[in-house]
Amino acid sequence: MNAMRKRLGLALAVALALGLAAGATMAAEGGKPPAQTWSFDGLFGTYDRAAAQRGFLVYNTVCAACHSLSLVAYRNLDGIGFKDDAIKAIAAAKEVPDGPNDQGEMFNRPGQPADRFARPFANDNAARAANNGALPPDLSLITKARKGGADYIHALMVGYKEPPTGMQMMEGMQYNAYFPGNQIAMLPPLSEGQVEYADGTKATIPQMAHDVSTFLTWAAEPEMEERKRMGVKVLLFLIVLTAMLYALKRQIWTDVH
Amino acid sequence: MAAKSYSNPIVKWIEYRLPIFSFLDHELNEYPTPRNLNYWWNFGSLAGIILVIMIATGIVLAMSYTPHVDYAFESVERIMRDVNYGWLLRYIHTNGGSAFFIVVYIHLFRGMYYGSYKAPRELLWIIGVVILLAMMATAFMGYVLPWGQMSFWAATVITNLFSAVPLVGESIVTWLWGGFSVDNPTLNRFYSLHYLLPFVIFALVFVHLWALHVHKSNNPTGVDIKGPQDTIPFHPYYTIKDTFGLGAFMIVFMFFVFFAPNFFGEPDNYIKANPLVTPAHIVPEWYFLPYYAILRAITFDIWFIPAKLIGVAAMFGSILILLFLPWLDRSKVRSATFRPVYKQVFWVFVVDCIILGWVGANTPDAEFHGIKMLWIGQAATFYYFFHIVILIPLISVFETPRALPDSISQAVTPGGKS
Repeated sequence: MNAMRKRLGLALAVALALGLAAGATMAAEGGKPPAQTWSFDGLFGTYDRAAAQRGFLVYNTVCAACHSLSLVAYRNLDGIGFKDDAIKAIAAAKEVPDGPNDQGEMFNRPGQPADRFARPFANDNAARAANNGALPPDLSLITKARKGGADYIHALMVGYKEPPTGMQMMEGMQYNAYFPGNQIAMLPPLSEGQVEYADGTKATIPQMAHDVSTFLTWAAEPEMEERKRMGVKVLLFLIVLTAMLYALKRQIWTDVH
Repeated sequence: MAAKSYSNPIVKWIEYRLPIFSFLDHELNEYPTPRNLNYWWNFGSLAGIILVIMIATGIVLAMSYTPHVDYAFESVERIMRDVNYGWLLRYIHTNGGSAFFIVVYIHLFRGMYYGSYKAPRELLWIIGVVILLAMMATAFMGYVLPWGQMSFWAATVITNLFSAVPLVGESIVTWLWGGFSVDNPTLNRFYSLHYLLPFVIFALVFVHLWALHVHKSNNPTGVDIKGPQDTIPFHPYYTIKDTFGLGAFMIVFMFFVFFAPNFFGEPDNYIKANPLVTPAHIVPEWYFLPYYAILRAITFDIWFIPAKLIGVAAMFGSILILLFLPWLDRSKVRSATFRPVYKQVFWVFVVDCIILGWVGANTPDAEFHGIKMLWIGQAATFYYFFHIVILIPLISVFETPRALPDSISQAVTPGGKS
C-alpha cells in the first residue's frame, strides 16, 4: 500500500508539472491579465455594493451605447443594493419595444423592472453596421466567457497602448496589450472623469475599470453570494458528518482488524 | 437463497409471492465480501451513487430546458438565473459529469492494478467497458445541450469523425446530423438520447452488479475467497466504509460545485453557438483529452488507408482494446502486489495516460522544451498500445510472480488460518 501511495504521489507530481507547463504556453495568446484584488474573491467573497453600483453607472453611461446585457433584467439590480424606486427610474429611462397593440402595430414604451436590459441595436447586423463591421459582444456572461474573468476585463480596459514599433495595425484597429492578437476594434472606452460618481469616488480609468468589472461579474454570476454562503454551510456539515462516519467506521471495524 | 422467516404479516405476504426481502438481505446485508478491501474499492459504489445524482438532477433540469437552437442557450441561463436553485442543480449536473469520470477512471485503473478483469470476472469487466462507452456517448451529447460555442464545435468535430468511414462516411454523417450541418434536428436527437442513455447505463450497472455478485469482489491479494474466515458481511462493514468514502468524496465534489463550479469547463461555452465563428482552440472536456490526443497523433497515411481513418480507428480502438484485456494478460496471478514487473509498468501506463490528456489539451504545434506536442502525442499513443498489446502479454508470460498467500485471512490477520 505504501509503495502504491508513493507512486501515486509521483504520478500526481508529474501531472501537476505538466499542467503548469501548459499554463505557461497559454500566455502567448495575449498578455496574461495581472491578478486584481476583488471583493468577490475567496470562500466568503461578496459583491462590494458601492463598487457594483458605480460599475452599473459606467455600464449604463458608457458600455450600453454598444453592448447589450440581454440576460439581466432591471429587477435583478436589487441584487447589488438598488432600491425599488431607483430600479423603476432606471428602467423608465429606457425605451423598450413592445407590441403588437390592438391596432396590430409595434410601439415603444418606457421600460419596467420586469424588462430585460434594453438592447442598443435592433439586431446584430445593425450593431455591425454602426461599428465598422465589428460586433460588440453581449456582456451578460462576459466574465465567465473569457479566460481570466474579471481580471481580463479590467486589464482590457486599462490595456490600450501605442502599438510596438514595427507592428502593422489593421485599418481602424486599436492596440491592446491583453486582447488576443493585440488588435481590437473597440476604441478606448474609458477616459478620466467620464462619469460622475454620486459617492464622490474619483473616476480614474483604473477605478472605472475596477467598478465595471465588479458589475459585470455580478451580471454573469448573480447567484454567487448565495452559492458561497450555502457552500460554507454544506462543507461544514459534510466535514462534521464525515468525521463522525469515520469514527463509526473505526468502531464497527474494531473486531475485524 | 436462505429461507428466512419474517414475522410481519405484510412482509410475509409479499415475500411468499416475490422474495424481494430475502433477495435484498442476501445481496446487500449478509453478502460475503473479502475482509481486506482497501479504499480503492470505494469507487465502484461511488460511481453508482453519482449515476443516481446525475439522473435525479438531470430529470429536474429537463423540466426547464428547451432543446431548440434559438432557445437552448437562453433556457440554460434561465435555469441559472430564474429557476429556484437552478444554478445548484446545473452546477451539480455539470460537475457531476467530471466527478463521474474521475471516479470511473480510478475504478478502472484499480481493476487493472489488482487484475480484477481476470477469470472468472471477464464478463464483469466487459460490461464495465460497455458502461464506459455508454457514459462517453451520454457525456458528449449532454455537453452539446447548452448550445455554447464548444457544444456546437465539439458536436461538429466528433460527428465529422464518422466521415472517415470508407464509401458511406459522408452519408453516415448526414444521417447523424439529420441534415447537412449540426443544427436543430441534431440538438433534438442528442437531447432525446441524452435522456435515454442514462437508463441504459442504469440497466447495465444492474447486470454489472449481478455478474459481480456471482463470484464476489476481487481483493488486494487477488486470491480467491476460500471460506467464511476470508469474508465479512457487506453490512455493516462495507456499508459504513462506503458511506464514509461517500462523505469524503462529497466534500471534494461540493467544493467544486459551490466554489469553483466552472473549473472543469471552457469559457467559450458561455458564448452562444455560432456556426460562422470557429473558436481558436476546439478542445473537448478533460475526460476526453487522452482520446483526442490519440486521434490527432495519426498524421500519416498507411499504404492506401488515410490518416483520418487510422486516427479514428486508433481512438475507438484505445477503448475497445480493453475488452480483450482478460485474454491479453495470461498471468494467473491477479494482484500487481505479487507481480514485480507488471507493477512497475502499470504506473508507467498511468503516467502515459496523463501525458496523453496533457497533449490533448494543447495544439499539436505547441512545443514543450523544443519538443513538438505532436511528437509527444505520437510517442504516448505508441506506448499506450505497446503496453496493452505487447508488454502485458509478454510480462504475463515471462515474469516470476512473488509467492501468493494461501488465503485472504492468512495474508491480513496475524496468525490467520489458511
